[in-house]
Amino acid sequence: MLLTDEKTRQDLNELGRQPASIFMRWHIDLPLVLGLMMTLFLSLIVLYSASGQHPEMLVRQIMRTGAAFFVMIAVAQLPPRFYGKAAVYLYIAGLVMLVMVELFGDISKGAQRWLDLGFMRIQPSEIFKVVMPLVISAFLARGSLPPRFISVVAAFIIILVPMGLVLIQPDLGTAGLIGISGFIAIFIAGMSLWWLAAGGLAAAAAIPVMWNYVLHDYQKQRVLTLIDPESDPLGAGYHIIQSKIAIGSGGLFGKGWLQGSQSQLDFLPEPHTDFIFAVLAEELGLIGFIILMVIYGYIILRCVIISFQAHTPFEKILSASYTFTFACYIFINIGMVSGILPVVGVPLPMISYGGTSMITLAVGFGIIMSIHTHKRTLTFRQ
Amino acid sequence: MLFKRRKRHERELFKVRKKRRRRSHQSRGGLMVRNTEQENGVFKTRMFICIVMTVLMAAVLFANLYYLQIVSYEDYSTRSNENRIRVLPVVPQRGIIYDRNHVVLADNRPVYHLVLFPHKDYSTQETIEKLSELLDLRLSERDIKNMVYLARTRNRFNGVEIAEALSDQQISTFAVNRHHYPNVQIAASLKRFYPFANIATHAIGYVSRINQQDVEQLTEEGKIDNYEGSLAIGKLGIEKYYEDLLHGTTGSREVEVDSHGRVIRTLNYHPPKPGRDLTLTLDIRLQYYAQELLGNMRGAIAAIEPSTGELLAFYSNPSYDPNLFVRGIRSSEYSKLLNHPGRPLINRVTQGGYAPASTVKPLLTIMGLNEGLITTTSTYFGGPAFMLPGSTHRFRDWRSWGHGWLDIYRAIELSADTYFYDLAYRAGIDRIHEYLDLFGFGRSTGVDIHEESLGVNPSRDWKMRRFNERWHLGDTVPIGIGQGYWTTTLLQLVKAHCMVANKGQEVTPHLLKFAQDPLTPDEPPAPYEDKLKDTLFPVKDQSYWDVSRAGMYLVVNGPEGTGRRAFYGAKYKAAGKSGTAQIVSIKQGQKYDASKLKVEHRDNALFVAFAPFVHPRILVGIILENEGGGSAKAAPLARKMIDKYLLDLYPDGYMGEKEPVQMKFGLGGTVMVQ
Repeated sequence: MLLTDEKTRQDLNELGRQPASIFMRWHIDLPLVLGLMMTLFLSLIVLYSASGQHPEMLVRQIMRTGAAFFVMIAVAQLPPRFYGKAAVYLYIAGLVMLVMVELFGDISKGAQRWLDLGFMRIQPSEIFKVVMPLVISAFLARGSLPPRFISVVAAFIIILVPMGLVLIQPDLGTAGLIGISGFIAIFIAGMSLWWLAAGGLAAAAAIPVMWNYVLHDYQKQRVLTLIDPESDPLGAGYHIIQSKIAIGSGGLFGKGWLQGSQSQLDFLPEPHTDFIFAVLAEELGLIGFIILMVIYGYIILRCVIISFQAHTPFEKILSASYTFTFACYIFINIGMVSGILPVVGVPLPMISYGGTSMITLAVGFGIIMSIHTHKRTLTFRQ
Repeated sequence: MLFKRRKRHERELFKVRKKRRRRSHQSRGGLMVRNTEQENGVFKTRMFICIVMTVLMAAVLFANLYYLQIVSYEDYSTRSNENRIRVLPVVPQRGIIYDRNHVVLADNRPVYHLVLFPHKDYSTQETIEKLSELLDLRLSERDIKNMVYLARTRNRFNGVEIAEALSDQQISTFAVNRHHYPNVQIAASLKRFYPFANIATHAIGYVSRINQQDVEQLTEEGKIDNYEGSLAIGKLGIEKYYEDLLHGTTGSREVEVDSHGRVIRTLNYHPPKPGRDLTLTLDIRLQYYAQELLGNMRGAIAAIEPSTGELLAFYSNPSYDPNLFVRGIRSSEYSKLLNHPGRPLINRVTQGGYAPASTVKPLLTIMGLNEGLITTTSTYFGGPAFMLPGSTHRFRDWRSWGHGWLDIYRAIELSADTYFYDLAYRAGIDRIHEYLDLFGFGRSTGVDIHEESLGVNPSRDWKMRRFNERWHLGDTVPIGIGQGYWTTTLLQLVKAHCMVANKGQEVTPHLLKFAQDPLTPDEPPAPYEDKLKDTLFPVKDQSYWDVSRAGMYLVVNGPEGTGRRAFYGAKYKAAGKSGTAQIVSIKQGQKYDASKLKVEHRDNALFVAFAPFVHPRILVGIILENEGGGSAKAAPLARKMIDKYLLDLYPDGYMGEKEPVQMKFGLGGTVMVQ
């Protein structure tokens, strides 16, 4: 940078020293927080209807939201460098917990997912949704970019170990999400598109193997009913058919808030968690969907901008992979509820009822805010 | 402070650089500096790809949502409503059946069922098994299996009945435990109840569960929609004959249900139209009395008002309890009814085919007079037997020494068989067949129940068809005394005698008096329409009827009449005719001895009587199976029935002419009749 003019130089010096605003000082990115607030507002509206108008549920959701915001801001206080260094320890701790789940975990709905620590119950697989992009970005950003073949292979191993542990719980949905979040990080780091193509082919070849040896019967059933839900209208296809009916019958403007017959009359499965989108689409219609997309789009756009503005490769990769993982969550949830993806049990980010996923997302957004607010505006290099 | 920090920072930078340099050195042989430009370029490309992918995903979601919510909106909207809205049939209340004095003969009573609505979250089999234990339903393995099958195959929102007709105790037990069974409900419905049990079974019939056969028939007749939700249908008697009147029109209720099938609220209600209430011509007291009179005897009593054809009593003994069939008869109960020696399932009024015996003599008299074969003044010598010319077969008279000189009046009074052998012989089978047909034998009486046999009105054709044999002269002779191939039902006999009592006016015996729409109780009800109204029996001279009636008068009142003992001291003037029907033929030269014959081979006793004589108010027909002589066994019952009706039940009615009426009798004599 050529700084010929003394005055400009002085101005820039001023700028560099000046803390931008109170929010910057507290490491809060106001546009992002506003976007998240909007989703939470929408969430409360839909949740009130989906819960059968139970105010207690709203109160609990508000409390969880508050906790999530607190976590997010707390996370944002620490600089990204810290997370880069902590990544490997978090990764190892997560692995230990996954193994412990396998040994002493609680069983719920046919899968071992919960680990009881005495004072709280945690889902270690959930931790990896945050840790995976972190550890991959930290690992790949250590070397030069784009990463070399050997680094990519190592990164994939890093991904596959926890993924495998989650798969044997068995929790196909979370394993998939962990894989996707890690993969996005590798992709953004610059993995060769040729390798990607080769890997895609290998994955295609692996499908029959997965089908025969890895997938549980109920998971196979989910995939089969996805292809033709009407084939088993009272069994496995029931949920997806009812969900599609709810969405389809919403039309352009919806049936009106609290007026959705599918959601109010108990036809929808889990209307306040995984299938909350069906409630939104039924009661608020295509317009409601578009509003939701605009809010999500705004959040993603803000995160993309932050990613571009990030200074180090680690920060760039990390914030970008959180951003696109978030986009993938949305796509997977809405896709599954509207019948184009298998039912894998992924909540709709920031909208679904439930604390775990919200905390996970809050940590992710907290790190993004940390990346944005811990930048040095100027570095002097003559 | 500031300086220090900067220094540390520089040191760190340096450290990083040093490290990088080392690694780069090892890997790329001399390339020391991290290529920030290139890294940024790669990052930008990848970000671009990811953004495009994100936009693509959003587009896919939008396209799918657009397809679901805009393109397929109609379809899904319909399906959503189908989910939500059920149209439930509302079964109309079946018409109540009354007797002629408005005594309830068939009523509807509420009963409670246990209905299960299959739901994904609850195991149907487990629920049924638990309930069976809780309420002591005694369901067998097969019952449960069947219910589970029904639950699986039936429409999601139609319940499966686990138990019907719950007791009060079962209802309260379930009510206490109902929170364990969220998908089981108690449903109430109305069930038919016959308070008089077996008193009027053969007339009223019963309703029972709609079976496959009924469904097929209803479908064929296009009435199946009206039976949506109905559980029972008339199977017999009045209940079957007037099914369309009694059933009413099914209404509907549009309701909103949740996914468990629970009704949330009613959106629309179209009330059903209840069935018509039927008032019958029966008098339950007379019906009761008939049962009392018959006691253990097998037989039937029909009492009718001859001027209108209204059946006052219609009783067949032994009878049975129709309520068993409403509840759903168990096979053990049913086989008991089937194997009962008295064969209670047979309606002896309309289905029992009997030889009418001497009761038909007044009818054949009409034939003889109308065809000019006899006149009121012609005489015949009644010997001990009648023989066809050129034959030695003796057609014996009931009195082994004969009756001497007879005119038609005395022939009826004494029931002289030879007189009527001769009459039948001279008339020939073709003419007899023709007249019997006019009297309604071998045809339906038109009574308003379906269980009716037609009897046999014998003819040359009939014998050819039936036995592939020619008609012999010898077959004609016993027809003259109502024996031989001739069989008739009690109701046919009663109907024919009504013509005599009415002097030729025909009537259709019937059970329905009128049908009333319960919604409009003030409007005049629709009365029974007799198709035979104003139809007269074709005779050349109306006075022929007086001859037959006079003969029947003498049977009861004459000095030698066969029924005189039974009607001795009656406070009204009656007329009647006895009949004793042989079941097995007695060999030539042998005597009838009841004690030597098996019970089922003993004679049937018949009696037909009407009173008061001039304008009869009641005509009673009685058949007693294997009980012996008609005048000895059946006539006293007829007397009692008429006494009961005229003197006890309706004592204020017409009892006969106050002034004596002149009547012709015997060989031209006249008598004043009170």
